[in-house]
Amino acid sequence: MKVVGPLIVVLALVGIAWCCTEYLHWYALFGLVIPYVAFALFIIGLIVRIVRWARSAVPFRIPTTCGQQKSFSWIKQAKLDNPSSKAGVFGRMVLEVLTFRSLFRNNKVEKRDSKLGYTSAKWLFIGALLFHWSMLIIILRHMRLVLDPVPQFFQILEQADGFLQIGLPLLYISDVLIVVGLGFLLARRFAIKKVRYISLSVDFFPLFLLLGIAISGIIMRYGFRVDVAGVKEVMLGLVTFHPVPADQLSTILFVHLFLVCTLMVYFPWSKLMHAPGVFFSPTRNLANNSRAVRHVNPWNYPVKVHTYAEYQEEYGEKMKSVGLPLDPEVVSTNG
Amino acid sequence: MTKKWTIGIFVVILIGIFAIPFLVNAGRVDGDPDVSLDTPQINALEVKECIEPTDYMRESHMVLLDEWRNSVVRDGNYEYRSQSGQIYEMSLDETCLGCHSNQADFCDKCHEYSSVDLYCWQCHGTIDEENPNAVIENGDDVLFTEKA
Amino acid sequence: MAKVPPEKELVSYSLKPDTTAEWMDTPTEFREGMFCHAAKPKDLETVDFPFPHKWSPSDEDWGLPENWKEIILDGMKDRLDKYRSFRLFMDVCVRCGACADKCHFFMGTGDPKNMPVLRAELLRSIYRRYFTTSGKLFGKLVGARDLTEDVLKEWWYYFFQCTECRRCSAFCPYGIDQAEITIMGRELINLLGLNTEWISGPVANCYMKGNHVGLEPQTIVSNIEFLMEDLEDITGKHIEPSFNRKGAEILFVVPSGDYYADPGIYTFMGYLLLFDHLGLDYTLSTYASEGGNFGFFTTNEMAKRLNSKIYAEAKRLGVKWILGGECGHMWRVMNQYMDTWNGPADFLEVPKSPITGTVFENAASTKMIHITEFTADLIYHNKLKFDKSRNDHLVVTYHDSCNTARAMGLLEEPRYILKAICNNFYEMPEETIREKTLCCGSGSGLNAGEDMELRMRGGFPRAEAVREVRDKYGVNTLTNICAIDRASFPALMDYWVPGVRVAGVHELVANALILDENDDRQLDMRMEELPSAVAKREAEAARAAEEAAKAAEAQSDGEPKEGDAE
Repeated sequence: MKVVGPLIVVLALVGIAWCCTEYLHWYALFGLVIPYVAFALFIIGLIVRIVRWARSAVPFRIPTTCGQQKSFSWIKQAKLDNPSSKAGVFGRMVLEVLTFRSLFRNNKVEKRDSKLGYTSAKWLFIGALLFHWSMLIIILRHMRLVLDPVPQFFQILEQADGFLQIGLPLLYISDVLIVVGLGFLLARRFAIKKVRYISLSVDFFPLFLLLGIAISGIIMRYGFRVDVAGVKEVMLGLVTFHPVPADQLSTILFVHLFLVCTLMVYFPWSKLMHAPGVFFSPTRNLANNSRAVRHVNPWNYPVKVHTYAEYQEEYGEKMKSVGLPLDPEVVSTNG
Repeated sequence: MTKKWTIGIFVVILIGIFAIPFLVNAGRVDGDPDVSLDTPQINALEVKECIEPTDYMRESHMVLLDEWRNSVVRDGNYEYRSQSGQIYEMSLDETCLGCHSNQADFCDKCHEYSSVDLYCWQCHGTIDEENPNAVIENGDDVLFTEKA
Repeated sequence: MAKVPPEKELVSYSLKPDTTAEWMDTPTEFREGMFCHAAKPKDLETVDFPFPHKWSPSDEDWGLPENWKEIILDGMKDRLDKYRSFRLFMDVCVRCGACADKCHFFMGTGDPKNMPVLRAELLRSIYRRYFTTSGKLFGKLVGARDLTEDVLKEWWYYFFQCTECRRCSAFCPYGIDQAEITIMGRELINLLGLNTEWISGPVANCYMKGNHVGLEPQTIVSNIEFLMEDLEDITGKHIEPSFNRKGAEILFVVPSGDYYADPGIYTFMGYLLLFDHLGLDYTLSTYASEGGNFGFFTTNEMAKRLNSKIYAEAKRLGVKWILGGECGHMWRVMNQYMDTWNGPADFLEVPKSPITGTVFENAASTKMIHITEFTADLIYHNKLKFDKSRNDHLVVTYHDSCNTARAMGLLEEPRYILKAICNNFYEMPEETIREKTLCCGSGSGLNAGEDMELRMRGGFPRAEAVREVRDKYGVNTLTNICAIDRASFPALMDYWVPGVRVAGVHELVANALILDENDDRQLDMRMEELPSAVAKREAEAARAAEEAAKAAEAQSDGEPKEGDAE
């Protein structure tokens, strides 16, 4: 159920977009209203979620230290894995966000009778990198649809992505890799028993949705082609708030667009928020300098303690018996 | 990230990134690539139609050209029969550019607009800037013509 | 103490658990030997914890108050606002499974609910159901479930099968820390009076008497005097430790296990021998006689209440700075919490070694340094002379305790010391040390007797790594800088790797430390003969035997002696 359900939902979304445009010709709804609404919900959702995180306090400085602390000049500090400065934290976050450093650390434990063995396990790291980097490149490539003239950066990126010069239109490497990456991430949810066990329907849904987006996009390029200039006219119309009728565009475009809109609406209310979330993780974004610089807890409050005066009152006689000094000041104020 | 203003900046940057398409296009009205069909050859045509329907040509001309290239280079076959039954010569320079002799105002308009990079002109004729209506038979000497 | 099944039975589990049924449909079975006794009402009353009552984990009825659900949900809401870590870690997990096989409890039980991700889902599923729209609308479809007594029991069972070691957090791409989730889970459980005896007892002790083991001041003094007598027998030095002394330069705080029980006491003797040798102006306190903090395993507030004694005592005694002994979670608290809770300690000075003049800028605010930092600095400045051969009977490996490794990064200092004081030092496999260190399996208040099977299972991955270096290099000594390690490893080693002893770093420091030119000790801190003494005795015995043989030979040259035939 947790697999079939999300798959049916994604297929239904495809069907809805297809029927509503191909047969019902609701172009204004799917090419204009839904994209605007979805984008607005995406932005609002992001802000709501981030503000909610921001309103929760960070009472303690709790970085997970993954290397040598800063102590002496003659002991080499692991400045990235155990940062003590803002620069170190920045470096750690950059590595975490761009290269998934923690996943790179991954290993796999195997048990044979009463022995445990640790082997390298980089597949998840590789799969995750493939998907996320392909996704980023693809999003950047799409900027050509909303920017005119297209800045050189995006042109170079696109040329680099298609440099293999396979087929016509040119095959994008990122198109292949995103499907491979998503396919891998999906396959491991089936193949690895432990991962399948912890997987929820909401783990499968985004994978199917993203696969749907990727595949519909690829079909648009290599199967049912669309008039790119026409698509750009529509997209530019949207971002300039001067919408252009989208009725001459192929149905497959609306399928693609509708899935993307679904993703935008779904994103802020799902686990996909891990993307902005990683920036907020207190075990990663804080420096391990809490002994050098006091971290202030905004809701710190006084607590009931057992004072020395009470202690001396209770144990004074016993302390005296073994020659422990009693504190006269404490006795007088408490006496 | 502990201080509120850091988060404020983070949110502003994040929203700013997503707002880029709206910001850079602010005030812009016209998004049309404005393709020109105004060439002497087209103007001379009685019925102004391409070898295949316009919609097909817009979406799939690259596929057609790819098929032509393979057909000519591999099979030596120069004949193309269109859906309407007309026979055309499979030649980018003769057939396509024969009518659309205004590369800069026809091909390049859309390709630049959509940022679709193409390598046709690495071999094929291109437009002589001085004399835009003259198609150079073999573009060897003007491989990478500077575009104005 | 619960009987632990034989090794064969214990290792019969698989790391590929049976996953045919959904985890939400798998009921929790409370297995004897895998959980601790319930908290005693009087211990909770001592510290004013809510709902002290008599109950037992194996009971059907836990005697919950009528409105327990409301209490838990209100408690969650409160903490979601107070701890960004909690809210974020509820939201951002993608269940990639990178943490799944990083937990020593999973590695030692094969119980899928011990995968950190799933242990967190136990709480996350409730968060979704009551705090997210999708969970309210779609329930189980999106991994949400109702809060029931069974869920509460499941929490209790599994949040006390987590030692808050943070190993999962090192591997998580978002740094999700199961320790944070366990800490929150235990806070919630405490709202209903449901802690364990082994945690709430020490908490009550520490609150009233200043230390977990519940020693009153006169007992602390006599215990330590007794240890000093042993030290005098070993070294010939008479050491007078100082207690509660105003005007001392340094307040020295150790985990109470160090002056309470074997083998911590040898480490304690090591500290004091070193201080005496240096002529350090320090004092111990009977009021702040605990470095560790079992309050940390109940609630943040309780941890703060216990911790407050250290600064309060430093202020009362007028010391300049604080030195801390070898302890694990104590140092998580000192490094990441103390200053925030009970600081600023502006009445203290930045720690400065009176011997080397080194100013410990890394503790500029907290004003407390770790003893291995202090000693490493001494060694670096050549202030100590060692006879490494005195540790030649020990083949040493070093266990990074979880908290000093992953909540501090104190990795090289102890190793620097060990390499200066012993000749035979070998590291355990790379994946089991430093930031990837494996827990002893008894941290965060799980080192009781009745959950011995749990401890043996949780400690198995660590023990297995020790076994590897024992078999490879003949390692016979597992050093560490954690009082819970010293308390729990002996049982673990006896079970899995017999013949390996457990020692604090400063025990070995004291062994090797040359006090003066007349220091020709024969015994180590455990009153066992030093290798040199053994060699000397054996050489003497050999010489004696040789002489006797010669004499006998000389005699037999004359006439045979009666009884030779025997």
